[in-house]
Amino acid sequence: MTKETYAPGTHPSLPPPNNTVGIVHWLKANLFSSVSNSIVTLVSIYLLYLALPSAINWLFIDATYVGETRKDCAPDGACLAFIGERFNLFVYGFYPAELRWRVNLAALLLVLAGAAILWDKIPARKHLLKFALVYPFVGAWLLSGGLGLEPVSTHLFGGLMLTFTIGVTGIVFSLPLGILLALGRQSNLPIIKYFCIGFIEFIRGVPLITLLFVASTMLSYFLPPGTTFDLLIRVLIMVTLFASAYMAEVIRGGLQALPKGQLEAAESLGLNYSQAVRFIILPQALKISIPGIVNTFIGLYKDSTLVIVIGLLDPLGIGRASVADSAWLGLSTEVYLFVAVFFFISCFGMARYSLYLENKLNTGHKR
Amino acid sequence: MSTPTSSTNPLLRAWYDKETRSVIVQIIAAALIISFFSYILNNAVMNMAKLGKDIDFGFLWQNASYDINQHLIEYSSKSSHFEAMIVGLINTLLIAVAGIILATVLGFMLGVMRLSNNWLTQKIAYVYIEYVRNVPVLLHILLLHGLIVNALPRPKGSYNFSDTFFLNNRGFQMPGPEFQSLFWVVGAFIVGGLAFSWWFSRHAQKVQDATGKTYPVGLISIAAIVLLPLIVYFGLGSPIEWEVPTLKGFNFKGGMVVRPEFIALWLALSFYTAAFIGEIVRAGIVAINHGQTEAAQALGISNSQVLKLVIIPQALRVIIPPLTSQYLNLAKNSSLAIAIGYMDIVATIGGISLNQTGREMECMLIVMGIYLAISLLISSGMNWYNNRMQLVER
Repeated sequence: MTKETYAPGTHPSLPPPNNTVGIVHWLKANLFSSVSNSIVTLVSIYLLYLALPSAINWLFIDATYVGETRKDCAPDGACLAFIGERFNLFVYGFYPAELRWRVNLAALLLVLAGAAILWDKIPARKHLLKFALVYPFVGAWLLSGGLGLEPVSTHLFGGLMLTFTIGVTGIVFSLPLGILLALGRQSNLPIIKYFCIGFIEFIRGVPLITLLFVASTMLSYFLPPGTTFDLLIRVLIMVTLFASAYMAEVIRGGLQALPKGQLEAAESLGLNYSQAVRFIILPQALKISIPGIVNTFIGLYKDSTLVIVIGLLDPLGIGRASVADSAWLGLSTEVYLFVAVFFFISCFGMARYSLYLENKLNTGHKR
Repeated sequence: MSTPTSSTNPLLRAWYDKETRSVIVQIIAAALIISFFSYILNNAVMNMAKLGKDIDFGFLWQNASYDINQHLIEYSSKSSHFEAMIVGLINTLLIAVAGIILATVLGFMLGVMRLSNNWLTQKIAYVYIEYVRNVPVLLHILLLHGLIVNALPRPKGSYNFSDTFFLNNRGFQMPGPEFQSLFWVVGAFIVGGLAFSWWFSRHAQKVQDATGKTYPVGLISIAAIVLLPLIVYFGLGSPIEWEVPTLKGFNFKGGMVVRPEFIALWLALSFYTAAFIGEIVRAGIVAINHGQTEAAQALGISNSQVLKLVIIPQALRVIIPPLTSQYLNLAKNSSLAIAIGYMDIVATIGGISLNQTGREMECMLIVMGIYLAISLLISSGMNWYNNRMQLVER
């Protein structure tokens, strides 16, 4: 390499440095940084080109939105007219039309209770939290009636409303049950410990569907002769037990991640076991296990669709029934995609909230 | 309150003593548990006596008298309930194994795509994963099944792949093998190749440990397992006759068919589980400190060796435990087969047999027992693998 020298002030201008902003640079860095990368990009673009335009055409441009039967729909577009025709069925199931205000009111109160729990800047949060505690009972009363309201049989429950009923009940009751099971599994009292282990491992070893079958066909065998109780309640119990076993394992992960010194320090301060657990152990363990807890909630929410196997009609069950309807034959793709959109929005929302919560509660132990 | 008291009441003193208290609590718990179980068992006995039922597995040997459309072993409507159960069990295992394989392959691909430098592939994988895992698996199964049954053509207008493979709404038709008498030679070569490559890889490891010399183990193994049997196969004059499916009337005759229920269930379970596996793989690779790569590069080994010898063995340690639970989920989710009429263990013994014989208790016990056994099998297998991969600490 030759070394040139310049007198002061005579150095020629150097070329400007490479562009590091702007669209061209971005393309270069992210899509065409090397030969193999460029090939991958081109293949992906080609595949997208194959899939996207026809899908968009089918779903939006050639689609039919209004109509009364399948015959009103364009032959090569999506037939979305059924949504308008059956919207109420998808939301309320077979709940009597004149009593639907009760479902709406329950939903409104759910939003209020949910907001109080999820969002800590809401005004008058203290009172709203107290309300959230009693909400499950208020909701159950509004939906099923009794005590002055006209009773509605639970086999009329269906659609979104059923999904929310199962989801909210499962979430509300599986968390405390899961905490108890997890503490039991960690306990040094052998009888309690092995009972919890047996319960958790049994539930986790069998599919939910078999438990639902047990609930629908066999549970009455285990009750005193002559007693019957509602199918929906049996299902709710099974779903809650199922979710609580998974919840217990998630929380056990959080408990195990805590150093033993935390409990020892609490004991040396003179706290008894329940105080140590409530003030020292659980706040830390639950914080660690938030992502897992929310994942279990999402799983429970998605698993609520399994009730269609024993004949309850959640949105998926209603969808499946409308696929078989002679007026709308051959619509399965549209119907299932419509239901998928609903589940996607709610589950994705929950996952995002969990991320937000994780960031908020991350009180700076990370470097 | 745990304030020490000098109470003279012996009961109170026993309560304040930690050891005694734990014994008391356990006795109470045991009494509650035992009385609960004896209560429900007593109820069950009374209820069954009232209905004139008993627990008897003798029905398993009675005639099942229903057909199962997919059976890998001999089965007809004259077979017993026990045989129906075995057919169902095989179908469950088939879907679980096929699903685990496809889900693992797709999942690792998705995980790598998520970490790709390429913005587009990364986003495609992200959108795929987020869509698939936020929608219930039962919905995926029904959607795919509906697509196959409604959107694919009837047998007459099948998608035709060179007149040997056909795809239509009755499934995927393909040629069925008929083994000729000399085929056992090829089989023997395949088994021999497997044994040889197992021995050879151990031998190569020993040589490498002793002398540092390396052999191309992968290439030689492939040659022994695939290439040699292929040569023998064609040398013997192709001892498999392929029976090609042909269109007769409204449906295909001959050959083998993969039924739409199987395809829908298999693809749906695999796509769904792959999305979760993709995230697990990504997390596993991200968890490896970048210093590991730099240190390996500083030792001067090649990029593929960095991946094979340094990154992947460490990432696997993070990946395996959650991967196990995904495999378990897939096996358990295969029970959703009943929604589209794939005849697995739940649909045979827990469905039709149960309804025919009215023996709910026995059938559900069998089904639950089998799922517990499958779960135990998968988790112990993965635990064994996990222990092998575990860091050996002093």
